[in-house]
Amino acid sequence: MKPETKIDFTHHQSAHCENGVVSNLMKHNGFTVSEPMVFGIGSGLLFCYIPILKVNYAPVITYRALPGHIFKKFAKRTGIKMKREKFSNPKEAKARLDENLARNNPVGLQVGVYNLIYFPDEYRFHFNAHNMVVYGKEGDRYLISDPVMEEVTSLSEKELEKVRFAKGAFAPKGHMYYPIAFPEKMELKGAIVKGIKDTCRAMLAPVPYVGYKGIHKIAGLIRKWPKKKGIKTANHYLGQVVRMQEEIGTGGGGFRYIYAAFLQEAGKLLGNEKLIELSKEMTEIGDLWRDFALEASRIYKNRSRSVGSQTDSYNKVADQLGHIADLEKVFFRKLKKAI
Amino acid sequence: MKKEEVPQDKSNLESANFRELCYAVDENGEYTTENSTGWEPKTVALNNAIEEINERIADAKNRVLKGETSPIEYYMELHKMDVGILSSYVGFWQWKVKRHFKPSVFKKLSEKTLHKYAETFDISVDELKSMS
Repeated sequence: MKPETKIDFTHHQSAHCENGVVSNLMKHNGFTVSEPMVFGIGSGLLFCYIPILKVNYAPVITYRALPGHIFKKFAKRTGIKMKREKFSNPKEAKARLDENLARNNPVGLQVGVYNLIYFPDEYRFHFNAHNMVVYGKEGDRYLISDPVMEEVTSLSEKELEKVRFAKGAFAPKGHMYYPIAFPEKMELKGAIVKGIKDTCRAMLAPVPYVGYKGIHKIAGLIRKWPKKKGIKTANHYLGQVVRMQEEIGTGGGGFRYIYAAFLQEAGKLLGNEKLIELSKEMTEIGDLWRDFALEASRIYKNRSRSVGSQTDSYNKVADQLGHIADLEKVFFRKLKKAI
Repeated sequence: MKKEEVPQDKSNLESANFRELCYAVDENGEYTTENSTGWEPKTVALNNAIEEINERIADAKNRVLKGETSPIEYYMELHKMDVGILSSYVGFWQWKVKRHFKPSVFKKLSEKTLHKYAETFDISVDELKSMS
């Protein structure tokens, strides 16, 4: 490979890394697909409590599909063929990356966040499902388009190897991916319908940890935390719920706003007024999630209150969640009928 | 959320000089994006989490000094890891890693084993051993 390779790649900032990489790679290949469209078609929206997993010693809930799933579903539903490779040997992983860059092919990489030096320290946790695009190399530095960043950046060979071979849950194992074949004409309409149906199925699933039932479940747990776990741990847990909901990448309100943006765009594309109306409703639900976060933050900000008054506040935020769960149940039933 | 309501609070993002992207509606009800410098409720949540980690680090350090645990536990906390993550980095079973927390076991660890930990924590074996 030439010492200097810089592929003509346009960086667009996105809210979430996985949608962003897909959207940016699609745009690079001449298909304009917005971030919300990728998220919606890939059925990114979810609510799931994962009782067997703890991160940072607190329970985990996720507001979106498992890492990689949005991508996989989007590709399948739009008829794009993806090439994916994982490696056990870092040298081989680097060689394959260099090969692709030499062929003028920007690639997506799954990486760990902990050693991403351009992130603020406070955000560097052992989270291994971050995504970025590598679009060139200058000297020993790889040119990086990280979709959550405003501008492009770069990493040294050593730094990139470290993040590609991070360990722990969802270890990336050098995971590299890029589109290799596209359909002649991009048919989004059918893909949108499939994406929406899938999301409705997940959000209305008759299992206790998923969808609107999962939200009720968490509301119930929150009620119990102050007494069962003590105020300190309860605050820690509640803080983590808010962080998962509002952390970089959600676009606000636990991905509800991105989903509303998707419904609006889909409604226009399909000429379906109902979807546009439902988009407004989803925005309002997103606002309620924000209200919940605000109320919760008042609890963990104010750590000195008595157990009694804390229990009241915990019940109050749990009520808010319960209300959201009821609204989402109705919402996804309506959405299912609207398409 | 309306575009003009996208919060612009002070946050930890400032240190890295970047703003995150939020989705919001403009005055015509059309969805658009807007950058945000941060939102207080989540900054507080993040700061609390960091504080929690710092407490864990301080506590581990204390216990190392008192001879109750080995420096491995301290460095594990320092790197925001738990036993599961550390075990996947060094390639030992979790029970083995936990055993290495015992000061008596730690003292007898081979150079090779110590090297694995030192490499994971990005320090020298001497630094790993001399923490006291």
